[in-house]
Amino acid sequence: MTLLTDEVVAKVHPTKLRGWAFWSAMSMLALLGAAIVFLIVAFLLSESFPLIAQGGPIRFFTDEGWWPRDASFNMTPMVLASLYLTIGALVVATPLSLAISLVTTFKAPARLAHVLRNLVELSAAVPTVVYGLWGVSSIVPIVNIWSPPGASLLAGVLIVALMIIPTITVLTQSALQTVPTAYVQGATALGVSTSQTLLRIVIPAARQGIFSAMVLGAARAIGETMVVLMVCGNIVQVPTSLFDPVRALTANIALEMPYAMGDHRASLFVAGLLMLLLVSALVAVGEWVGMRQRKMIS
Amino acid sequence: MRRFHVFGFDVRDFVWTFVMYGLTLTAVAMLLWPLLTVFGNGLQVLSWDFLLASPEDAGRSGGIAPILVSTLGIVLVSLTAALPLAFGVAVMLTEGFNPAGWPATILRCSLDILAGIPSVVFGLFGLSLFCRQLELGYSILAGGLTLACMILPTLARSLAFSLESAGVAHRAGGAALGLSKQSVLWHVMVPVALPGICAGVVLALTRALAETAVLLFTSGYSDRMPESVLDSGRSVSVHIYDLSTNVPGGTLNAYGSALALLLLLALLSFTVHALTRWMQRRMTGNTTRSL
Repeated sequence: MTLLTDEVVAKVHPTKLRGWAFWSAMSMLALLGAAIVFLIVAFLLSESFPLIAQGGPIRFFTDEGWWPRDASFNMTPMVLASLYLTIGALVVATPLSLAISLVTTFKAPARLAHVLRNLVELSAAVPTVVYGLWGVSSIVPIVNIWSPPGASLLAGVLIVALMIIPTITVLTQSALQTVPTAYVQGATALGVSTSQTLLRIVIPAARQGIFSAMVLGAARAIGETMVVLMVCGNIVQVPTSLFDPVRALTANIALEMPYAMGDHRASLFVAGLLMLLLVSALVAVGEWVGMRQRKMIS
Repeated sequence: MRRFHVFGFDVRDFVWTFVMYGLTLTAVAMLLWPLLTVFGNGLQVLSWDFLLASPEDAGRSGGIAPILVSTLGIVLVSLTAALPLAFGVAVMLTEGFNPAGWPATILRCSLDILAGIPSVVFGLFGLSLFCRQLELGYSILAGGLTLACMILPTLARSLAFSLESAGVAHRAGGAALGLSKQSVLWHVMVPVALPGICAGVVLALTRALAETAVLLFTSGYSDRMPESVLDSGRSVSVHIYDLSTNVPGGTLNAYGSALALLLLLALLSFTVHALTRWMQRRMTGNTTRSL
């Protein structure tokens, strides 16, 4: 009779048991979800380690060239191509995104602003391969008239810029919205013209958020694969002009992975690891600065 | 502040406004150009026959039926694999762990890092783990599982967000009735947050549909009708890539496929908006009435 005390009943009560099962299942799922990122890093490291151990990480910048069959793995031209593409895209995209954000947030009538915002959101959802297709059939022929062969750094810069405009615009808009309306009202009360209010007061107040938007846009641009694979010409060289064809690091991975073997394959994993580090660093900086913007205002 | 006035007219203000609107107009033109090109060219080939026929002559003629089936397979596999994981992560983040404790912090950080990883790196990972290590080969299953890793952060974040926005009132109400924590979650929070959860799933679906680089070397290139998830099959996005770069004369059909993909994405985005609005209405409507 004393066997069924309240304590024992509570312990084996089906609700408790079900609760225990439920929460352990959820914890396992969450653990698995968190493990994926560690798995990815572990796989990249284990696949690339044999090659890194052979000659140190410096070899990827000092080897004679990119001749993977002859064990010569110089990635400098491709790293430079990726950097040029990213910087070029930022230079083109930032003023345009800033203009759209200022117009939608402060100048345009509500209905126009709504239409513009929807257009930006719609463009953000367009798959990059569609931008690539359009680039190959519309932009490359135009550049080709100007200076053959057309598939070039310039085409890549323009299309990657187009691709990151939505990203930068959305983030810049939310940065501009953190600027207190009192600043704008105060400036208007002092008789400062609208453009001067925007240039001298609003933009400086939101500068951290705008910077964060640019960095996150850069992270997206440097990790982009399809567009640069389709429109840049894919020739491994350090570009000397905007019209030179180049091969970006991500495009190289996509091009050579299907047939790469042995050390060649490992070198592509090294490139992947480099990409992962670069993008993670950019995202970390961007998020950190963006957080400071949000904190500064609130 | 100095001003440049001509007959009481602020020249500097005018010039800056002009520059700003000029840049905006340029940006709008740049954003519209690809969309209009896709519509203009795509409408020439897009028809029911195009959607229901098999590709012929490497895709130059014929349709995209097997490719749509493969795409559906890849997307379904990825959602099936990612949804339980994302649900577990979201539940532990909102209900399980203390939000300030270290398990929650690690979980959140790992999601943030995962969200930033470039898609081609996911491709490398999928090729090495699913295709080679687990010997799935180039298959719909391998591609779908790799995509699942990629959409996990998007899905987990939106699930966590909708569970959070289901609000304190519902949670407290459930607890006041003496329900256990998991009953509150399962019988109160999840039904209340359902529109938001659906919106998150559809959003993840659009991400999965738009992806190309991941699938390029995990799900294969075959344009035949797949017979099982272990068959190789190309997604619509890979088909567009292949037609526009490797098949001379395939551009028009590439545009047709692109238009089909865009219309599908637009339909899904519309669904997300509708579901989100329903969720918002439900939240604001119910809580104000019950409080």
